[in-house]
Amino acid sequence: MIYKETGQFKSTYESDHSIFPLIQDKIAFNILMLVAFLVVPFFIDSYWEKAILIPFLIYSMAAIGLNILTGYCGQVSLGTGGFMAVGAFATYKIMTFFPELNIMIIVLLSGVITAFVGILFGLPSLRIKGFYLAVATLASQFFIIWLFNKVPWFYNYSDTGQITVSERTMFGVAVTGANAPPYATYLFCLILVVVLGFAAKNMIRSKIGRSWMAIRDMDIAAEIIGVPPLKTKLSAFAISSFYIGIAGSLYFAVYLGALEVTESFDIMAISFPVLFMIIIGGLGSMLGSFLGAAFIVLLPIFLKNVMVDLIGLSAVTAKHFEITIWGLLMVVFLILEPHGLARLWSIAKEKLRKWPFPY
Amino acid sequence: MGLKKMMVGFLGSVIAIGGFLEVATADLKFPMLVYRTGAYAPNGIPNADGFVDYYKMINARDGGIGGEKIVFPECETGYKTQVGVECYEKHKENAMVFQPMSTGITYQLIPKASADGVTVYSTGYGRTSAKNGKVFKWIFNAPATYWDGASIAVRHILKQNMGNIKGKKIALVYHNSAYGKEPIRTLQVLAKKHGYKLMLLPVDHPGQEQKATWLKIRKQRPNYVLMWGWGVMNQVAIKQASSIKFPMENFIGIWWSGSENDVMPAGAGAHGYKALTFNAPGDDYQVHKDIKKYVHDKGQASGDGSHFGTVLYNRGLFQAMVQVEAARVAQKIHGTSKITPAMYRDGMENVDLNAKRMEELGFKNFAPPFKNTCENHGGSGLAAVQQWDAKAKKWNMITEYMYGDAEVVDKLIAEDSTKYAKEQKIAMRCN
Repeated sequence: MIYKETGQFKSTYESDHSIFPLIQDKIAFNILMLVAFLVVPFFIDSYWEKAILIPFLIYSMAAIGLNILTGYCGQVSLGTGGFMAVGAFATYKIMTFFPELNIMIIVLLSGVITAFVGILFGLPSLRIKGFYLAVATLASQFFIIWLFNKVPWFYNYSDTGQITVSERTMFGVAVTGANAPPYATYLFCLILVVVLGFAAKNMIRSKIGRSWMAIRDMDIAAEIIGVPPLKTKLSAFAISSFYIGIAGSLYFAVYLGALEVTESFDIMAISFPVLFMIIIGGLGSMLGSFLGAAFIVLLPIFLKNVMVDLIGLSAVTAKHFEITIWGLLMVVFLILEPHGLARLWSIAKEKLRKWPFPY
Repeated sequence: MGLKKMMVGFLGSVIAIGGFLEVATADLKFPMLVYRTGAYAPNGIPNADGFVDYYKMINARDGGIGGEKIVFPECETGYKTQVGVECYEKHKENAMVFQPMSTGITYQLIPKASADGVTVYSTGYGRTSAKNGKVFKWIFNAPATYWDGASIAVRHILKQNMGNIKGKKIALVYHNSAYGKEPIRTLQVLAKKHGYKLMLLPVDHPGQEQKATWLKIRKQRPNYVLMWGWGVMNQVAIKQASSIKFPMENFIGIWWSGSENDVMPAGAGAHGYKALTFNAPGDDYQVHKDIKKYVHDKGQASGDGSHFGTVLYNRGLFQAMVQVEAARVAQKIHGTSKITPAMYRDGMENVDLNAKRMEELGFKNFAPPFKNTCENHGGSGLAAVQQWDAKAKKWNMITEYMYGDAEVVDKLIAEDSTKYAKEQKIAMRCN
């Protein structure tokens, strides 16, 4: 009833090609943006900031990055943790080298540096495919972590290998360091995610995105119709790493503030969870990146809070339940819809068109 | 649109739950970051049980601290930094003190807690240079630091070799994290001073894979092996050491690598393994009798009560005791039983646990006396060596409590903390 496209006519190419062709989607998205930008900053406290929204935004960013590479270009990567570490350490080094540089520029530069590293580790993808490529990227994960552990220059010769962020401001308000107010760090991450999210969406809808998908669907056919595999694959690695590098940069500078490479960028801490995010969310779907991040990051916290604060279970029992329920849900969702939460949503949309009078 | 509604609904319900978080604020809140799950649970459980039993005993015996009941919400971290941050943010409101039980989480919390005005007490772990109270106002790490520990271990080795260890080889098997890397600097400086060779052998989280590490030890035959391990890493290392027939009396662990859970799996092979400690083992102290009477006999023991009197359980008691004592001192200083987090910090800074006070608290001869001051947040720095007797299944103290190498350690602490103060633009206190 409410959700139907009848009567919405497109008279220009522009309106026909907009990201949200349906007026209802557009309204809903605009409301979401209004709430995110104009309502949330006034109510956010440090728990919401540090435990829920910032990790959600950062993991969404990483998931978008990996989705470009794996979901759209079909190159399976297990090196996400390593690339995020590159972003984090690039941020740290630039920060200490140029104390006056604006934090926004530092974050973007870290993304660019990670993009170059991504290209370097993307080279094997020209020769190897599928699971074999996954193993090659796995090597990059271990190599990068090892490097940041082994060479003290990267962590400025600190005793413990810890890197610590120092305070940086935007328009006079701190966005990094312990004194940063919750709304500032939140808005900083939100702006980056929204702007880069739109950029990614549009890239995917344009020539470069279509060439990625051509390579994903059948690389030989793509090559025959004139899609250059070298350029396409490496551009996917570069752009994907750019996003992941920015996620790593924010993870270090805004979210954690101090970290140690082996623990924070461990394959079990980053690479696998982000891969699960895009698989559960939906390979090759922007919405899926966000849904997957929400599922992996927010659901455990949600379950924990329900069980500990509402039901009153002890912390450890709740943890056992949390692991079990979370695992079960993951299996259930994948059986229910192997194409991820995003596909589930589009099925729901189909149903909604006829609701409440399905014929 | 439905999905967006769902998302809003989901977020809304999280908000609603967020509202339930803070219930009891009139009492004294001692949030506990524990890990009863994961690779570090074998060490996390006895320690957490010690805390809980002590708090329960104080509530039952004295009706709390100065009439204020202790509340101690547990938050399961699984030894993970990110979860630790979530737990901290959730419980920091009106919290007296955080005991992160993880060096990684401690590093995380140092800037945050300092900005929020919450005390962090990392008992014998965490950032060593936090001993310098001039820089780290809110952070305490009494009674001993890792650099004390490293130099005490070397002192013990020196004693066994009549003061000469020139040319000897000492290996450090360490957890490849901020925790395990802490002692390296001190051991390097000491290597120069005493002329021994240092071998560094990192073990990655969680520490089950150590075959290569011990193969190296078998090949290169270091005279002594020191260990900075935690969780399953300890058990695996001790098993491996006994399987390559490394002389166990030359294998010395830090105080976090010396509990019953660490040596038991290796059985008789662990006989003779040494570890540092800053508290005594055993269950016949006054405090144990009180806990038996007020907690265990009423069937309220934390967990299954099987860890009573073990090394890490006792350490939990000691840690909880210091935290409770700090609250008492704060109440005395400020003349009110309803102390705020800021008042609590003053209490922690003025804790004076001399032998007499320890006895009053039921901890006679349980640990060496120590005292915090404005400049010194790291206590006495005393630790002893204990040795495992596999036949009697018991830890025996084999040395007196001894000091570390203050000459080396103090200089390193001053260096590191000033560097931190400069980076973070902190003004020195206590002038």
